[in-house]
Amino acid sequence: MNQLMNKVQKLWDEHKIVSMAVLFILLLTVPSVFPKNYIMGIICRILLYILLAGGLNVINGYSSQFCIGYAGFFCIGAYAEAILSLKAGMNFWILLPISGIITAIFGLLIALPTLRLSGKYLSIVTLGFSEIIRLTVLNWNGLTGGPMGIKGIAVPSLFGLEFKSAIQYYYIFLFLVILFVFATSRVIKSRIGRAWMSIREDELAAKSLGVEASKYKAMNFMYGAFWAGIAGAAYAPYTRYIDPTFFTLDEGFNILAMVIVGGMGTMVGPIAGSIVINIVTELLRPISEYRMVVYAILIIGMMWLRPQGLFGATQSILSGGKIMKKSDRGKKKGREAA
Amino acid sequence: MSIILEAKKVSKYFGGLKAVDEVDMSINSGEIFGIIGPNGAGKTTFFNMCSGVYSLTRGGIWLSNENITGMRSERIANKGLARTFQNIQLFKFMSVMENVKIGFHVHTKTNVLNAILHTSTYRKDEQFVNRRALEIVEQVGLSPYKDTMAGNLSYGIQRRVEIARALALDPKVLLLDEPAAGMNPNETRDLMLFIKKLNKDGYTIVVIEHDMKFVMNTCDRILVLNFGKKICEGNPDHVKNDPLVQEAYFGKGLLTKEADT
Repeated sequence: MNQLMNKVQKLWDEHKIVSMAVLFILLLTVPSVFPKNYIMGIICRILLYILLAGGLNVINGYSSQFCIGYAGFFCIGAYAEAILSLKAGMNFWILLPISGIITAIFGLLIALPTLRLSGKYLSIVTLGFSEIIRLTVLNWNGLTGGPMGIKGIAVPSLFGLEFKSAIQYYYIFLFLVILFVFATSRVIKSRIGRAWMSIREDELAAKSLGVEASKYKAMNFMYGAFWAGIAGAAYAPYTRYIDPTFFTLDEGFNILAMVIVGGMGTMVGPIAGSIVINIVTELLRPISEYRMVVYAILIIGMMWLRPQGLFGATQSILSGGKIMKKSDRGKKKGREAA
Repeated sequence: MSIILEAKKVSKYFGGLKAVDEVDMSINSGEIFGIIGPNGAGKTTFFNMCSGVYSLTRGGIWLSNENITGMRSERIANKGLARTFQNIQLFKFMSVMENVKIGFHVHTKTNVLNAILHTSTYRKDEQFVNRRALEIVEQVGLSPYKDTMAGNLSYGIQRRVEIARALALDPKVLLLDEPAAGMNPNETRDLMLFIKKLNKDGYTIVVIEHDMKFVMNTCDRILVLNFGKKICEGNPDHVKNDPLVQEAYFGKGLLTKEADT
């Protein structure tokens, strides 16, 4: 697996521009290959969840603050878009960043009181936060329509072109995913990404080097929340109808499962996780709710055999704290052969 | 010579335990200052207070005449005080270069927007960090290991990486907590020469150490702690001959018994 990944990586690095262009053209032609709305719907789901899992990966994978209530942020983004577009009649393209910023502010609000928490305590707080958001949305009839949800959200349009079906909407999701990967990979490679990773690896040492841990943790939460807001804002006009049942804790666990299966702490991880989990979901549709059992087995097996996930950061504290030297690996293989 | 780091009546109590009790210390710029004492004397606690890991029960600490009492450790690092840890706290899964690069955090300014748009601030920062990190890695003699994962290096080299990372802060004072712990005599000698060289390059160094040969040969002045109290301060010869220091390290039972019989 690692060898294969290294080979792909090498090939990618050597012909970076060419491979990017090829990938881009392939992605553009996807709708003409799959003209059916059903399959395009699945592909749109995959792209939506790449955004969500990617955003969660920035929080869980890069600074190792274990957030499990990510659906709360998704909910805020979706409702911000729906309410502002219905009540204020604002344009979808303006609402995208606005919903992102609103969600990021909520991210800051939850990050500030929890800066001193870590590990499972932080997880419990985010869990509670997600439920608070859902219950608020469920009961605030005046603003959110309560259990009835919000109907008839305006479809985005660009130069007179309306994004109505999954085939057209695919391009919006694709645009957002490319934007996300572009921005995040640059942030990760900069001083800010280094600060996040130093906090993940050893917070005490990071502080002793002048990394303001609390500031960067808050910033990390805001960045992750921002993309959840964007994903929510893109999702609301896609389904044209949202209600609180979309944003339950199960949704949060679903996103978390993608991050864990795909692997934390890399850009590829959440993309792979989203593809795998969404395809498994589609394949297992006939057995309905029993597919949760399959997820559970998948996650347990993953944690057991490959704690860093399919494409996770092998060279990080996320891989279970083991450092494998090349020579050790050789020896182990030799011993097994003998 | 000016005083660069000063501690006045610094105390730390853990409940009823007086881990550090009214210790005074003043360090001149450009010297190598040693802190010694038996196990549990409060040396590391004292260090942790200087670098902001622990809060002070009483007293105050000044870094080049600026009061840093009660500041958080990241602020203190920003003011120019870098430290290493007794049980090495490297970023084990990052390469040596990446470890050193994180040390430049306080000297760079890139924010999220700069990073996304690759503005001139970002490019300047990255160039600066890459160039200086290479320089420091070379200065410390780690060039052959610069792309190795820090966790895979030998103990002595890891110590060096930790020092290199602290040097990236361009500190006024460098605190080293037991840098020679667990090293063999050869490694210790290398380290001794290395610390002397750093001092010659202009760094003020404070070092906690158990290895007497190491301390006596490198330090200009030495402070001795025992049970949280300062019992002696002075140059190595003075400290060596101090009766209180001898008592703290060897006890006094044997001599008096012989005298009695």
